[in-house]
Amino acid sequence: MLKLKVNDIDVEVEEGLTVLQACEKAGVEIPRFCYHEKLSIAGNCRMCLVEMEKSPKPIASCAMPAAEGMNIKTNTSLVEKARKGVMEFLLANHPLDCPVCDQGGECDLQDQSMFYGVDKSRFKENKRAVPEKNMGPLIKTQMTRCIHCTRCVRFATEVAGVPELGAIGRGEDMQITTYLEQSMQSELSANVVDLCPVGALTSKPYVFEARPWELKKTETIDVMDAIGSNIRVDTYDWEVKRVLPIINEDINEEWISDKTRYACDGLLHQRLDTPYIKYNGKFEKASWQEVYKIIKSKLENTSKEKVSGFVGDLTNMETAYIFKEFFDRTVETDNYESRSDNRYINISKRENYLFNSSINGIEDADLILLLGANPRYEATILNARIRKSYLNNSTRIVSLNDCGDLTYPYESLDGQTKTIKEILDDTHKLSKEIESAKKPMIIIGESLLRLENAQYLFNNLKDFLNKKNKFSEDWNPLNVLSCDAATVGNFDLGVLNNKTNLIEDLKSNKFEIVFLIGQDNLNFAKKNEFVIYQGSHGDKGAECADIILPGSAYTEQDGYYTNLEGKIQKAFKASYPPGDAKEDWQIINELAEFMNNRKLFNDKEELDSSMLNYLKLQSEKQTEQNNNKSISDFNNENLKIEIKDYYFSNVVAKSSKTMIECNNAKMNLKSTGTEG
Amino acid sequence: MSLRKPAKDQPESFEFNASSLEAANNIVAKYPKGKQQSAVMALLYIAQRQNNNWIPLAAMKYIAKFLDMPYIKVYEVATFYTMYNLSPVGKYFVQVCTTTPCMIRGANKLVEACKEKISENECELSSDKSCSWMEVECLGACVTAPMMQINDDYYEDLDKEKTSEILDKILNGETPKPGSYRGRINNEPENNRKTLTDLKNA
Repeated sequence: MLKLKVNDIDVEVEEGLTVLQACEKAGVEIPRFCYHEKLSIAGNCRMCLVEMEKSPKPIASCAMPAAEGMNIKTNTSLVEKARKGVMEFLLANHPLDCPVCDQGGECDLQDQSMFYGVDKSRFKENKRAVPEKNMGPLIKTQMTRCIHCTRCVRFATEVAGVPELGAIGRGEDMQITTYLEQSMQSELSANVVDLCPVGALTSKPYVFEARPWELKKTETIDVMDAIGSNIRVDTYDWEVKRVLPIINEDINEEWISDKTRYACDGLLHQRLDTPYIKYNGKFEKASWQEVYKIIKSKLENTSKEKVSGFVGDLTNMETAYIFKEFFDRTVETDNYESRSDNRYINISKRENYLFNSSINGIEDADLILLLGANPRYEATILNARIRKSYLNNSTRIVSLNDCGDLTYPYESLDGQTKTIKEILDDTHKLSKEIESAKKPMIIIGESLLRLENAQYLFNNLKDFLNKKNKFSEDWNPLNVLSCDAATVGNFDLGVLNNKTNLIEDLKSNKFEIVFLIGQDNLNFAKKNEFVIYQGSHGDKGAECADIILPGSAYTEQDGYYTNLEGKIQKAFKASYPPGDAKEDWQIINELAEFMNNRKLFNDKEELDSSMLNYLKLQSEKQTEQNNNKSISDFNNENLKIEIKDYYFSNVVAKSSKTMIECNNAKMNLKSTGTEG
Repeated sequence: MSLRKPAKDQPESFEFNASSLEAANNIVAKYPKGKQQSAVMALLYIAQRQNNNWIPLAAMKYIAKFLDMPYIKVYEVATFYTMYNLSPVGKYFVQVCTTTPCMIRGANKLVEACKEKISENECELSSDKSCSWMEVECLGACVTAPMMQINDDYYEDLDKEKTSEILDKILNGETPKPGSYRGRINNEPENNRKTLTDLKNA
């Protein structure tokens, strides 16, 4: 520990920290533009100048390592003069167009010039003008405002792993641009909008939409992937204007993916706002009473084995739980399923479907083996962590398949499952590496679990790791990479049926009533089934439905989600559902009341406590049950990573115009062939 | 000096020829393994020499791949340094020094001559595309001011007429004799030396 003084306050800091961090520890705020906790230090904005005893000149505190016995002063007239001078230079070429700038109200330069700037300009010359740059459909540029802090350049190079941004020219002519003004090929690209301390990079879909002080801010959870990124949803009236990240060091750090950020305009389009009934192939508006009545009579006149329910990928846990209760108690069948394919899952133990090493654990791992997973598209934020781990520890990363650019170098194997078998049989060189690795990570993608030999592979992998003593108190090397926000929550709640194959039954048209809750990924040819669709968006599920129950999207109701690590987090209501649409749990509850004259739960609190109690009970009775472990026959399969189209992976994203633009931008770039 | 943009007409591809490749490999070999990116400036210069004094985008891409670094990093370096030409400058690239000593000695006359003989504006190719000129900062030959540089050679002690003669020659494809045009050898004083006259071998 180093002892130093900041404004005569004694502070102790660890070795390797900077003067700026020491000042923060002493509770002294240092203005800065280029310095950012998560990025490398550039030291080029000079805003953080402080006075150091025995130094003839002020020092840039962000770049100066703290040292024993330093005496730092931040409240002297020298520091004040230095800040004023730096600010004057920064503003020399900065247009004072705050009234028409989207950053206005949340602009570092605006705030800091209020505190540290002078109130008039001595600069009589013309200001420089910089042409706008094309950075793709998400980032609007107004490069005249740029103060060359290079945060965006460092972010793209370090965190996103796409070194496409750079500073060209020099001196007054320096400009920040992408290589030849192509759009940035990253799923994290829009984070540069948050990083930009001025209004040079602003959000294109949000341009001139609202001012930050008019927006209602709700801190909630993202559902675009299974990571459960912490987000802040900004709403104006009922409309979700934008989504911003909030810091959660254990999950998303400070970043969110572009889909998380920009799929929110999908909440405005294709919405189901009133119940519909299909008459002669055409949907007609109906009242809630009417639709409940029809569902009641249908359910009463159908034998319960012929009723099935499917829960979708964005459904919150309350809804899944009440749906399960509805089936167990009202319909009295267990024909419910949350998977949309036949992938292998053994829910008898939680570790069989969780990302056990945890997202933070990635940074400690020394060997990462990807089996049937493409984390860049399946879990973008997690991929950024793998990259971080690679940058910090040069972690060795091996993938069974060639996944293209994952933003870090990795060794790819042949994509055959016999290679996994070789590893398990100790005949592959990786077996030794896994054995000698202290903290290996095996990341199993859903694509692997869809294989016919998934059960064999999964169980043998687990046995293999057990045999090599890789499981310990603080390390579990087995990781399942779930893709959807609802996946883990549904497994925790037991919303799946391993006794019969409901998906196959559905495809062979064995059911008479099919109840879909936000489930749009089932590809089945409809025959005579009566399909009830409850959800927020008119997509595949609603298209084939006979009755549509308008539900709420993730920003319109409180609801729990469990992320892929098994962390349960609550999403909060930021807005309200459109038209007559109701919260999902309420619909099921009312339907149950309509059928039996008894609500399943009196209110949301009762539902919540019942569900949390259920989860508690489940976690207590965890015993490994492996029904038919001794499958000896193994056939080699070609493991193909099937991932959903990144920008269209769920109904919200599919309804989003921004996501369509992103997809087009990506396609255009591919077809011109200029990328390589 | 404004931001230099790459030329609109770009060749499709670029590759080092045998001698450039050898030179490039020699330079890369000077750096420790994994630090080969440090050779980027030298390689850009080699590319510029090979490609008629300018660097096309294809060459930047080629160098980026050669050194295993992102395109934008090479692009940054190439746009930062003014001595890398990003658009064609012709076979004869005339750089007229207009910094103070040359300016006092009449560098603007040289500029006039260039305007008359080569092209109206600087950084613009002559009508036969063989030649272009630009004003540059001090080339370090103040003793023989005013002067200009054509490709690798200095032409010194010029005035407007002499400049025009030189430019006529290069426009005809000849290479005029470099050096002082008032008959001086190197930087010796005109009409014998004025100082240290008592020393024989000074």
